[in-house]
Amino acid sequence: MNIQYDEAIDGALAPFAKADVLSDLQHRIPTLRLLHREEDLRPFECDGLAAYRVLPMLVAMPDNLADVETLLARCHALGVPVVTRGAGTGLSGGALPLERGVLLVMSRFQEIIDIDPDARTARLQPGVRNLAISEAAAPYGLYYAPDPSSQIACSIGGNVAENAGGVHCLKYGLTVHNVVRVEVITIEGERMSLGAEALDAPGFDLLALFNGSEGMLGVITEITVRLLPLPEVAKVLMASFDDVEKAGEAVGDIIAAGIIPGGLEMMDRLAIQAAEDFVHAGYPLDASAILLCELDGVLADVDDDCATVRGVLEKAGATEIRQARDDAERAVFWSGRKNAFPAVGRLSPDYYCMDGTIPRRELPRVLNGIAEISRESGLRVANVFHAGDGNMHPLILFDANREGELELAEDVGGRILELCVNAGGSITGEHGVGREKINQMCSQFDADEITVFHALKAAFDPKTLLNPGKNIPTLARCAEFGAMHVHHNQLPHPELPRF
Amino acid sequence: MTDRPTSLPDRDISARLCEQVGEAHERHAPLRIVGGDTRAFYGRPVEADPLDVAEHRGIIHYDPVELIVTARAGTPLEDLEAALAEHHQMLSFEPPRFGPQSTLGGAVASGMAGPRRPWAGATRDLVLGSRVITQQGKLLRFGGEVMKNVAGYDMSRLMTGAQGTLGVLADVSFKVLPRPAAHCDLRLAMPLDEALSRLARLGRRPLPITAAAWYDGELLLRLEGGRSSVDATRQELGGETLEPGFWQALRDLRHDFFTLSPGQSLWRLSLPPNTAPLTLDDSHSDTLYDWAGCQRFVKTSLEDEAVRRACSAVGGHATCYTPAAQGGSDSPFTPLHPVVEKHHRRLKEQLDARGIFNPGRLYAAF
Ligand SMILES: Cc1cc2nc3c(=O)[nH]c(=O)nc-3n(C[C@H](O)[C@H](O)[C@H](O)COP(=O)(O)OP(=O)(O)OC[C@H]3O[C@@H](n4cnc5c(N)ncnc54)[C@H](O)[C@@H]3O)c2cc1C
Repeated sequence: MNIQYDEAIDGALAPFAKADVLSDLQHRIPTLRLLHREEDLRPFECDGLAAYRVLPMLVAMPDNLADVETLLARCHALGVPVVTRGAGTGLSGGALPLERGVLLVMSRFQEIIDIDPDARTARLQPGVRNLAISEAAAPYGLYYAPDPSSQIACSIGGNVAENAGGVHCLKYGLTVHNVVRVEVITIEGERMSLGAEALDAPGFDLLALFNGSEGMLGVITEITVRLLPLPEVAKVLMASFDDVEKAGEAVGDIIAAGIIPGGLEMMDRLAIQAAEDFVHAGYPLDASAILLCELDGVLADVDDDCATVRGVLEKAGATEIRQARDDAERAVFWSGRKNAFPAVGRLSPDYYCMDGTIPRRELPRVLNGIAEISRESGLRVANVFHAGDGNMHPLILFDANREGELELAEDVGGRILELCVNAGGSITGEHGVGREKINQMCSQFDADEITVFHALKAAFDPKTLLNPGKNIPTLARCAEFGAMHVHHNQLPHPELPRF
Repeated sequence: MTDRPTSLPDRDISARLCEQVGEAHERHAPLRIVGGDTRAFYGRPVEADPLDVAEHRGIIHYDPVELIVTARAGTPLEDLEAALAEHHQMLSFEPPRFGPQSTLGGAVASGMAGPRRPWAGATRDLVLGSRVITQQGKLLRFGGEVMKNVAGYDMSRLMTGAQGTLGVLADVSFKVLPRPAAHCDLRLAMPLDEALSRLARLGRRPLPITAAAWYDGELLLRLEGGRSSVDATRQELGGETLEPGFWQALRDLRHDFFTLSPGQSLWRLSLPPNTAPLTLDDSHSDTLYDWAGCQRFVKTSLEDEAVRRACSAVGGHATCYTPAAQGGSDSPFTPLHPVVEKHHRRLKEQLDARGIFNPGRLYAAF
């Protein structure tokens, strides 16, 4: 329902013809690889949110920055929208093409330009895969901390555009905390450098603004990231609980004990069973929830912290606590969590991954609410959870081939997000708004706030040619679809029962 | 688990502030946004009617278990940090305090961070959300009390360090962190070159260092973390114990170094890691190295141009802390690259079309 760009609500587009744009670009940028035949465009019709598919008008695959510059300047002149794509693993349809737009694919920019072990930085082209950074830094005893589960595939450019997170972000920060500089080309075809190799730069913090900007403000063409020394040691504890609420409370207790774990993740029964079936990580099948708690740092501290955390978990009512004996077993413990999405994917023809965040204290209430929605809708929901920082990933299981189930799954997803916003949280913690959550933005922000977002956008892209129809809804869209507006915890009709 | 320290009064004058901003907008009358007015030296002077935010104070919400605090912009930093200390927590970016009146709004608007910055992140890294008064006098919320939030653009981080030129910060939510269990300060006699190369080597290892400075023949280090690792690192590094209060004095620019001789200005240089001593570190100048060399304070009689040229040659930038009225630079911040500047102006036009918010504070042009 959200999928196709709708000029009546998303904004009018300039009246250009595909053939004219194609010949203009071919003529002016002879070195640019351009795809325009349907069979060549097909592989680019969706990103990681495969339920949403649109065939792009054209696909551009540049391999040098001069071509990117000219391409953007031409599209600007012709009024042609541009959707930038990294590795296409995004889960919110951020790189979903436009029928009347150019898809700019940055995946040929694969070079690790430089690693400076003394400055602890790496300079990267945007198409470099997340995991490749840590692999290249390992010989120097360094690594790149943000580790999305998609790290073997996703690109650093896409990570910056989404402000991607990962298991280790509780302690080491999100992408925004680990990027020191980006090079950008604007839609007008101008280059600018944001941030600095120094620890700050003069003027406004445009670097922070570009993190999580979802390809709406400019095309990121180079990224300098901060590298960290590999911890001397990492240990992981796995605690089982017979009750989800107890597990949720244990999370708070660990933090309250003054410990910030390297990772603190939770999975519920359905997710545990799916993961166990898939990778045989040795997860307890009878548990209602497990917590995985990784402690890293200097050996002596880690041992102290393990003892403290063990005590906290026991007190919180864990039914079993196991500590990985060595790095190999640690990897096995994590394998279940890291493969949770594909594992759940085996339970059902399709699944739909949500990404709401909540204050941790709301966890029991929100989990109960999700269970209620699940029961009511008849769709199963598995919960995988960056528990330490309140980022939930409810996975809604459905079968797109059954009449109406995709719509039902979307409806369940929308209700879960409203539950998160209602609990003082956000509709997205790391996957972004993209096309998918465009209507839910109207729940989280009011018209004045959305107007400010449009103003920010206008400073970089006055003609709204970059990724139109994504991230920030038009007010017309909110008027049409954002009927229920939960703001500042005030429901429009508090007297009505919900869920 | 929610605590509101009873000792701190909570005073919400946001409605009045919105009204004042709305009026200023109506009348095209610029405002000088004032908290404790302790950071007036930082940036260009603003000639305008004051908008007094200091009365808008108090901790709105503090949840130690969530690691989140939300407080009003006029809250004195001292009070906020004392409330966090009761729960063994802290603002890990160590915002400088230039007196008991220094407010949290001023700290966030200026974006200055203390000695822990290279290890714990900058002010904006710990800012989770804010409520902002916009040009039309509306109080809007961006971000909030969750650790992760990528819905919409990151307006709160954009406001951090913008010195009030894009809007008025009404309240701010931060991620707070537990205070380290163990702590120890060291001084090691060592020439500058050796100190810098030593720091580069130490930086590649996971050691519990959270501050590193060099001044007057001594490398000064702070170790913080678990008891075991702090003890072990202390053993390894040797040296003597540093007198207490050094890092606070450095953070707040109260150390003896910051006393200027006639004709000198104080500059802050922000440089890439491992930048060699600059040529200006000579007879005209005296330099204190902070942030393992990434932040350097220089007292100098050199011209602006000479300082800036030396910094930009190595990819850094320089800020003059001495007000123009006292002989410092009249454009204290490093000029922006033309394309970046164009986008600054456009942002300013979008968010402050009538130029009412601290006009000229960062740069004369906007
Ligand atoms: C199995 C699986 C697990 C995942 N786990 C996580 C996780 O743990 N944490 C997490 O945060 N995400 C996760 N994701 C989501 C996804 O991998 C991230 O959002 C990632 O950052 C997207 O990178 P990409 O290169 O694939 O970008 P794409 O999907 O190609 O694009 C994403 C967005 O970024 C924009 N963009 C891409 N490149 C550029 C550029 N150079 N300049 C400007 N804009 C650009 C696009 O326009 C789009 O809006 C997961 C996805 C999958 C499929």
